Amino acid sequence: MAIAEKEQALIDDFSIYDDWMAKYEYIIELGKDLPQIDNALKTPDREIKGCQSKVWLNAELKDGKVVYTADSDAIITKGIIALLIQVMSNESPDDIVEAKLNFIKEIGLQEHLSPTRSNGLVAMIKQMKLDALALKMTA
Amino acid sequence: MIKAAFDIKEIRQQFPILQEKVGDYPLVYFDNGASSQKPKIVIDRIKHYYDHENANIHRGVHHLSQISTDNYEIARKQVQLFIGAEHEHEIIFTSGTTEGINLVAQSFCKNLVKGDEIIITEMEHHSNIVPWQMKAEEYGLVLKYIPLLANGELDWGKLDELLTSRTKILSFTHISNSLGTINPAKEIIAKAHANGTKVLLDAAQSLQHTPINVKDLDCDFMVFSGHKVFGPTGVGVLYGKEDMLNAMPPYKGGGDMIKSVTMERTEYNELPFKFEAGTPNIVGGIGLGTALKWLSSLDYEQVQKHEAELLDYATKQLLEIDGARIYGESENKCSILSFLIEGIHPYDIGTLLNQQGIAVRTGHHCTQPVMEFFGIPGTIRASFSLYNTKEEVDLFIAALKKATNMLK
Repeated sequence: MAIAEKEQALIDDFSIYDDWMAKYEYIIELGKDLPQIDNALKTPDREIKGCQSKVWLNAELKDGKVVYTADSDAIITKGIIALLIQVMSNESPDDIVEAKLNFIKEIGLQEHLSPTRSNGLVAMIKQMKLDALALKMTA
Repeated sequence: MIKAAFDIKEIRQQFPILQEKVGDYPLVYFDNGASSQKPKIVIDRIKHYYDHENANIHRGVHHLSQISTDNYEIARKQVQLFIGAEHEHEIIFTSGTTEGINLVAQSFCKNLVKGDEIIITEMEHHSNIVPWQMKAEEYGLVLKYIPLLANGELDWGKLDELLTSRTKILSFTHISNSLGTINPAKEIIAKAHANGTKVLLDAAQSLQHTPINVKDLDCDFMVFSGHKVFGPTGVGVLYGKEDMLNAMPPYKGGGDMIKSVTMERTEYNELPFKFEAGTPNIVGGIGLGTALKWLSSLDYEQVQKHEAELLDYATKQLLEIDGARIYGESENKCSILSFLIEGIHPYDIGTLLNQQGIAVRTGHHCTQPVMEFFGIPGTIRASFSLYNTKEEVDLFIAALKKATNMLK
């Protein structure tokens, strides 16, 4: 499935929740379900700066596609990373770099997009794209 | 002055923003430690300035410039009276507490020599740490600190050990922004003075809760911000004793701070203008004067009683929540409630409280050493002001319970 299609699937998923509680309960579930990452991968160079919570992101190239794994010590942050991974993992570096990621606004998470010091969604997306670019160069 | 009885309903009506809604929820504003809301009288004063008085000050002979200048200088007088300073020219308008501390660090340290010592504390806001570290590095000064204790108080018993014949200045916060602890300022200042050490008092968290009289405290410098005392953002005050300020060189050059300029040299202006280079935040100063005048109309004793009741009420309810732990347990504490719920990241709680209209601050509150001391990533901080109510505390506790249930 292309990135845009996966974004649409998430928009559809979220459209059934009409209040903030249900939406956040879903994000919290996604956070809890995100596969654990190896503690050895939680190194300073994999830590995304600019988040109030700690976030670690690992990117690897498998058969020309970027595969992301991640973790955070805050569960809502982890849920939001899970959404990003759902959309961007297993895609080509070029597609990832070009991704518009309109779904964030569409599902009502735009408050996490403001470039303030309290949240790191912008920093997360930037790092995912940079990692994809770096993997493309070394491929 | 006769003070009006403390009527919470009447006070809340003076703050238009308290009627705001966040989504479907009424706003509960518990982020007063970061910035206070503004009473209508301050908002109206700012509008009046732009509608009727706006011009640059200290220069023009024209009507508006004179009105502006007069009102700006009246504001300086209002600040002087509010904090009990000896002279008007001991009041320097700044952009806020941070600039005040930077000004003193820059100008005071210029007269120091390698090996001279500065004392700060482990509970300081970054703005009372970093400027001193920068100067210590630049001039080879020694920076020491009073350590924290587990209850959120400072280990002031260590002060005698740290003070030496080379200790030139002690800079500490009156009230901790992340723990709420009130430091025994008068006693500490007297101790420092007995050693010949000058004192800067960071009062950023003070005047909104408690009166300060600089002559009574005898501090050499005192700094605070307008936006935390019901005034506008971008303005603050540095109070300094006349002889201290006269002995210090200016740290910013520009217009208004000069007596005469030739292409070879400059003769500096007198106090307070020596430290106020460039066009100041005129409307900010006037708005701050109005805010302090408004604050003077209230009875601090009643304000403190109200805030103490809120803190007590919130503390008791919070501690009934499973896994709640409060950071900052001094008996001498103002209405700042910093806490964590075991096993839950503060950011998660803050996010879900925001969804329910509750404004709190989460994170390290610009006091990373405090967080490191307790071994935590940050706290959730609810800070109450005079316009907050028990009903709002109830909404906060209910929202907190909902959030913790969702996150467990």
